[in-house]
Amino acid sequence: MLAQSTASEERKFLELKPFSDEMVVSMGPQHPSTHGVLRLELRLDGEIVREAIPHIGYLHRCFEKHAENLSYQQIVPFTDRMDYIAAMNQNWGFCLAVEELMSADPKFAGVPERAEYLRVLAGELNRIASHLLAFGTYGMDIGAFTPFLYAFRDREKILFLFEKLCGARLTYNYIRVGGVSRDLPPGFLDDVREFIDYFEPKIDEYNALLTNNKIFLERTIGVAIMDEAMAISYGATGPNLRGAGRKWDLRKDEPYSIYDRFDFDIPVGEEIPGAGAVLGDCWNRYKVRMDEMKESVKIIRQVLDGGLPDGPIVAAMKAIRPPAGEVFSRSEAPRGELGFYIVSDGSVKPVRLKAKSPCFCALSALQELSRGLMIADIIAIIGSIDIVMGEVDR
Amino acid sequence: MVQQLSSQFLHLTSLLSVETVTPSEGSASGGNWAQAFASQFLGFLPGWIGLVLVMSVVAAVFVAVVPLVPLVLVLMERKVSAWIQDRVGPMRVGPWGLLQTLADGVKLIFKEDLIPPQADKFLFRFAPYLIFTCSFAVFAAIPFSQRILVSDLNIGIFYIISISSVVAIGVIIAGWSSNSKWSLFGAMRSAAQMVSYEIPIGLSILTVIMMAQTMSMEGIVAAQNGAFAEGEPIITLLGVEVKGTILDWMIFRSPFTFLAFFVYFLSSIAEVNRTPFDLPEAESELVAGFHTEYSGMRFAVFFIAEYANVFAVCAIAATLFLGGWQGIIDEDQFVPGLLIIFGKTFLLVFVMMWIRWTLPRLRVDQLMNLCWKYLIPISFFNILGTGIWGLFFREDSALSIGLSFLIISLFVVSILGIVFNSFGKLKPADQTALAGNIGAANLQKLKTTWNERHGQQK
Repeated sequence: MLAQSTASEERKFLELKPFSDEMVVSMGPQHPSTHGVLRLELRLDGEIVREAIPHIGYLHRCFEKHAENLSYQQIVPFTDRMDYIAAMNQNWGFCLAVEELMSADPKFAGVPERAEYLRVLAGELNRIASHLLAFGTYGMDIGAFTPFLYAFRDREKILFLFEKLCGARLTYNYIRVGGVSRDLPPGFLDDVREFIDYFEPKIDEYNALLTNNKIFLERTIGVAIMDEAMAISYGATGPNLRGAGRKWDLRKDEPYSIYDRFDFDIPVGEEIPGAGAVLGDCWNRYKVRMDEMKESVKIIRQVLDGGLPDGPIVAAMKAIRPPAGEVFSRSEAPRGELGFYIVSDGSVKPVRLKAKSPCFCALSALQELSRGLMIADIIAIIGSIDIVMGEVDR
Repeated sequence: MVQQLSSQFLHLTSLLSVETVTPSEGSASGGNWAQAFASQFLGFLPGWIGLVLVMSVVAAVFVAVVPLVPLVLVLMERKVSAWIQDRVGPMRVGPWGLLQTLADGVKLIFKEDLIPPQADKFLFRFAPYLIFTCSFAVFAAIPFSQRILVSDLNIGIFYIISISSVVAIGVIIAGWSSNSKWSLFGAMRSAAQMVSYEIPIGLSILTVIMMAQTMSMEGIVAAQNGAFAEGEPIITLLGVEVKGTILDWMIFRSPFTFLAFFVYFLSSIAEVNRTPFDLPEAESELVAGFHTEYSGMRFAVFFIAEYANVFAVCAIAATLFLGGWQGIIDEDQFVPGLLIIFGKTFLLVFVMMWIRWTLPRLRVDQLMNLCWKYLIPISFFNILGTGIWGLFFREDSALSIGLSFLIISLFVVSILGIVFNSFGKLKPADQTALAGNIGAANLQKLKTTWNERHGQQK
C-alpha cells in the first residue's frame, strides 16, 4: 500500500542515455535569473536545450491551508506574500472575492465610493511598480544592467508613496474587506501627480534604451512564440495572453470596482513585419507591459483630475461573516487573472480557499516553449512570462 | 667618487627608461640595452646570468607597477557605471571612494583559498597564473612613450597577438579543471568566442601593417608621423608649427583603415569578454562563467588580468590607429608621450565601459554570426581595399589623405543624418521595424520553423 502510493507520486527526473553527448544541468533554485527559487532541470545538447523541466515548491508556505484557520481579515496579510511585487492587487483580488460572497448579506452595504477610488489609485500604482520590476529584471536577464537600476530608481518613488499611504513598502495589507485601511495622508495626491508627471516621459526613454535596442530585438523577437491558441490552452492570462494578440482584460471585459468609469486602452501585441516581431513572442509579451504602464498612468491621471469623492473609506460591519455559499472571483493583477475560490459555511473563517495563480499557468508553458532553444533563450522566456515564485508556490 | 656614482646612476636610469633603439633601426633586438647594462654592472658574472638577473629585475618592477592599471580601471568602471546608472558608486573608503579597490583587494587576499574537492588541483591552480602572465606579457611590446618600451621587437604586433591568444587556453583550463558544468560552459563559450574573434582582430591589424610596412610597434608609431614631417608645416597655430596632424593617424589614412579600426575595436571587446559579448561570464545565464568556482586571490588574479586585457587592447588600438604616444602637435611633445597614450587609451576604455553599461548581451549564435558573417568579410574587404589604395598612393600625399578624409567624413555624416533625422519622426512600430530590420522574409522563416517545431511535437 505504502509502496504503491510512493511509486505513483514519484517524480520523473531526466535520464541520460549512456554515451550520449547530452548533459543534465540544474539551473536554480539559487540562480541569478530564475526570479526567485525556481529550479529548472535542463537536458542540454551543447547550448541547445532539449528539455527543460521546471521544479517548483521551494517557496510553498501552505497559504490555502493556513487560510482555513484564519478569519477573513487575517488572510489579507497572507495574500501580500503571494505576489509580493504587486501586493496591493493581491489584497484587492482576495477582498473582491470576500465582498462578492458577502453581497448576499443584506446588511453589507458595499464598498464605499471613496474606498474604490483609493483602491484604483493603489492598484494602478502597484501595477506600474510591478511592470517596472519586470522591465528592469528582463533587461538584466538579457544582459543590460542599466535599465534595472533605472527601474528600481522609479519603483522606489512608488514604494515611497506607499510608505506614506500605509506604512509598508512591500507587504501593504492596505486593502481590507469592505474598503481600505486608512485614508490619504495630507498632500498625497500632489505627490502622486508629481510622480506621474515625472514618470510618463521616462517610459519613452526606456523604450529608446531597451525596447528598440537592436541587440534586445535580436534576442527577443521571434523567440519562444506562445500564440493565442497555446496561451489559452495553458490558461495564460494578463500580458502573456495580450502579447499573443488577444484583447482580454478583466478591467474592460468584466469591469469590477469602478474601472468602467475610466477611459483607457488595452495594449496588445502587434506584428511588426519590418522587425520580424510575431504575436506572442518574448518581445511582444514584454512590450505589452511597457504599454500598460502608460495606460496605468492614464487611469491615475483620471483619478486625480476627477477628484476623489468624500465619505467613509471602509464599509461599516460588525464582523466579516459571509453567508454560507461559494464564490469564484477574479481580478486583473499585473501578472494576469488572479482568482480566489472561497467556500463559506457562514462562520468567520473560510472552509476552503483556493487561489488561481496566473504565474503558475504561465510557468507551465515553459516546458513546451523552451524545447529546441538555447540556454540564453530560457532566461529570455522566464523573464518574458514574468513569474513571481511566491505566487506560483503559495 | 660621489660624482662618479651619480653619473653611473644617471646612466642606469637612462638605460632603464630610454629605449635606445630608434625607429629607423626598428628591427634591432630589444635585449640590447639589457645586455649592455648587464655587461657593464654585472660583468664579473658569466654573460647570460647577468642578463637573466637584469631581466628578472625589470620583470619584477613591471609586475609590481602594471597591476596599478587594473586597480585604476576597476575604480573607473565602478564610477562610470554609477554615473551612467544615476548612482554615486563607492564613496566610503578614502576620499570619493578612491581606495575602494584597494580595500577589495585586501579583502580578497584574506579570503579562504577554496579548491573544489573534485577539481583537478594542479590545473586549477595553474590557470590563473597562465592568464595573468599572458595578459601582462602583452605590455612588454606596447610603446608608452618615446622612452618607455620594454622591448621593441621587430615582430612586436605579431608577438602581442600570439601571446594574448594564450589567454583562451588559460580560460579553458580554468573552466575544465573546476569540474563544474557552468564553468565548463563558460570556458567552451570563451574558447569559441576568443578563437573566432582573433581572426577579425588579426586581419584588421594586417591593414595597419600593410600601411606601415612594419610589424614593429615603434615602427608603426613612427609611420603615423611621416606624411608631413619633412615638408612645410600645414598650419601655424598660435605660433606653433603644426606638422604632423591627426590626419596622419592610421585611422584616417585611408577609408579602409577607418573601417578596420571599428572592426578591431568591436572584436577586441569580444576578445576581452565584455558586454555585449560577455557570454563566457554571462551572469544571468552562467552565474559567473569560467571562474564560478574561484574565490579569494585566485579570483582576484582573473579580475586583474581581465582589466589588464581591457587596457592592453585599448592601448594597442591607440598605438596602431590613433598615433600611439604622439600628440597632435608633432615633435615638440609638449605633453609627455606617456600621458598622451594614457589619455587615448582611457578614452577608448571609457567607450568600452559606456558600451558595457548600455547594451544587452548577444546570444551565442548571434555572436558567431556577427563575427563570421560580418566582421571577417569586412576585414577581408579592408585588406583588399588597403592593397588597392596602396597601389594608387605609394607614398602618402596631401591628395591621398585629403581624399580619405573626404570619404570618411561623408560616410560618418550620412550615417549620423539617417540616425538623427529620421528615427525620431517615425511611429513606434516603425522605429522598432527600423531598429530590428530583420525583414519580412525572415518573419516567414521564423513562422515556418516554429510550425515545424510544433508539428514535430504533436
